[in-house]
Amino acid sequence: MTDATPAEAAPGDGDGAGMAAAEEVHGAPVTWSCGQQVLHPTREQYLDVVKALKDEGFNFCVDLTVVDYLAHPARRLPAGVGPERLELVVNLLSFEGRRRTRLRVQVPAGDPVVASLFRLYPGTEAMEREAFDMMGVRFEGHPDLTRILMPEDWEGHPLRKDYSVGRVPVQFKHPPETR
Amino acid sequence: MTTHDQDTAALAAETSEGVQEMAPRSATESAELLLEQGAVLRLPEGVTVDPGDFNVEVHPDETMIINMGPQHPSTHGVLRLMMELDGETVLRTKPVIGYLHTGMEKTGEELTYLQGGTNVTRMDYLAPLHNELVFSLAVEALLALEVPERATWIRMLMSELNRLSSHVLWMATNGMDLGAVSMMVYGWRERELVLSFFEKATGLRMNHNYIRPGGVAADLPPGWEDDVLAICDAFPPRLAEYDDLLTGQPIFRERTEGVGVLMPQEAIALSASGPILRSTGVEWDLRRDMPYMFYDQVDFDVIVGTYGDCFDRYAVRLNEMRESIRIIHQVVERMPRGDYRSQDKKVTPPPRARIDESMEALIHHFKLFTEGFKVPEGEVYTAVESPRGELGCYLVSDGSAKPYRLHIRGPSFANLQTLPIMLRGGLVADAVAVISSVDPIMGEVDR
Repeated sequence: MTDATPAEAAPGDGDGAGMAAAEEVHGAPVTWSCGQQVLHPTREQYLDVVKALKDEGFNFCVDLTVVDYLAHPARRLPAGVGPERLELVVNLLSFEGRRRTRLRVQVPAGDPVVASLFRLYPGTEAMEREAFDMMGVRFEGHPDLTRILMPEDWEGHPLRKDYSVGRVPVQFKHPPETR
Repeated sequence: MTTHDQDTAALAAETSEGVQEMAPRSATESAELLLEQGAVLRLPEGVTVDPGDFNVEVHPDETMIINMGPQHPSTHGVLRLMMELDGETVLRTKPVIGYLHTGMEKTGEELTYLQGGTNVTRMDYLAPLHNELVFSLAVEALLALEVPERATWIRMLMSELNRLSSHVLWMATNGMDLGAVSMMVYGWRERELVLSFFEKATGLRMNHNYIRPGGVAADLPPGWEDDVLAICDAFPPRLAEYDDLLTGQPIFRERTEGVGVLMPQEAIALSASGPILRSTGVEWDLRRDMPYMFYDQVDFDVIVGTYGDCFDRYAVRLNEMRESIRIIHQVVERMPRGDYRSQDKKVTPPPRARIDESMEALIHHFKLFTEGFKVPEGEVYTAVESPRGELGCYLVSDGSAKPYRLHIRGPSFANLQTLPIMLRGGLVADAVAVISSVDPIMGEVDR
């Protein structure tokens, strides 16, 4: 068990990322961000690492989301983890240990497919649908991967960085004419 | 709206994944039906499924799929439920959401950190201060910014008052859904007490933008102790009134007891939090178990239920209000003197008086409000216990003055997934009670 370090004893706030990953949890390099533990499994390791974490006591999947790093590719990652455009972020919580952990999985934009956590945490059903809807990451093994927030005939994935914010043209009226 | 030029075709191909609506029984395999349990939620085998409990042999001709919502008074906004009914019994349910989606996470990327509060506060519009709080905590974590003690105590005071106003409004709408219309009038009346204090302290009744990175927008108004203590004095006798009106009332109990039962392992598997999780008997409250701010220094109890039915969810919320009043009393006693916002010049604009006498202060003020302040590169997740459960904020900064990615983990969004489980096997008339007991805020679900 390499991850016995309590969150309080985490080395320096924020500056943990970027250095060579000294520790590993279930084969995934670990960094610390603002005192929070972050795991960086590969796409292939992802499901096994989550499974191992669940057996270890992380019984609650808090959140699952995707970040599009198109405009900010040079982020700090541990050595050996190659940056990709999309990044899957999963927050897990352990009730017994009263601690959190976070997984960041690199997902290439050309092949945005990752395994679904649905069999492990059924609560990720809606979250994965949202991630698909907003970012276009597909989850293999998800029972009902349809759009959840956007209309079903919507084109594109709005939270991606190359998707423009959009504007509604404002109709200005002429100023009232002076008589 | 589709102004993206590149790879439109590829994205469009990925888009047509199918309809969001519930597929009819004839179009669903029986193995799928067994697994399905509802539609948004399909539990994996072995977790809680009792196959004998679920009749897959119902003939498709005997069931019908009806829509409840999105325009239905008891769906608390624009929630649409597709329910498959066998007579009056609900077999399957699928919530269809997104009717209130306004792209707030995308908007958040266009606003500076100082403006961000005005955006997030509109997500969960019944607990706006919690939204501002979780966003501010995330920004402060990235900035490694110390918040003055008084600011933190003010934040605790406001978030507990907000919990009161949110729960009391829930009591009101829940009462109305179940036919206790008098409860509705009382609930709105009590909420008004809290909102008028909010108006006095923050200037607005809702969407305050009061809690900001670095502290709070303004100090508490003179005489705030009397106002807060008046609220604390007014509430307990009225909560006792609710006990008379609802808790002991046979009709109310008949309509809520044993209705919409959720098991603890189901609640955990479905990522449900807040009163829904606690009503099943799981003692989990971030305020106690992973304390933020000064919650480890105040004394309060975590209220849990036993059966996880609608009545337990009602009782948990009712008693949480009593605990909130306990916390508020302690906060009023312990409120220190001092600054109400950080004195870090990078984040906090200069005081109004300085602007009149110093050109630098004026420039500084102008720069802060036009360009904003830069936040160091990094990513962080913060969470608070909102009235509906764990409200989280995942914030990524690329070193500029605007968030690179702002993601809010809305508790209602996850809690909605419990609906198919709670409704299954119940009567369609009970659906109203169950939806109400989940307390979904669609602004937060759809964001």
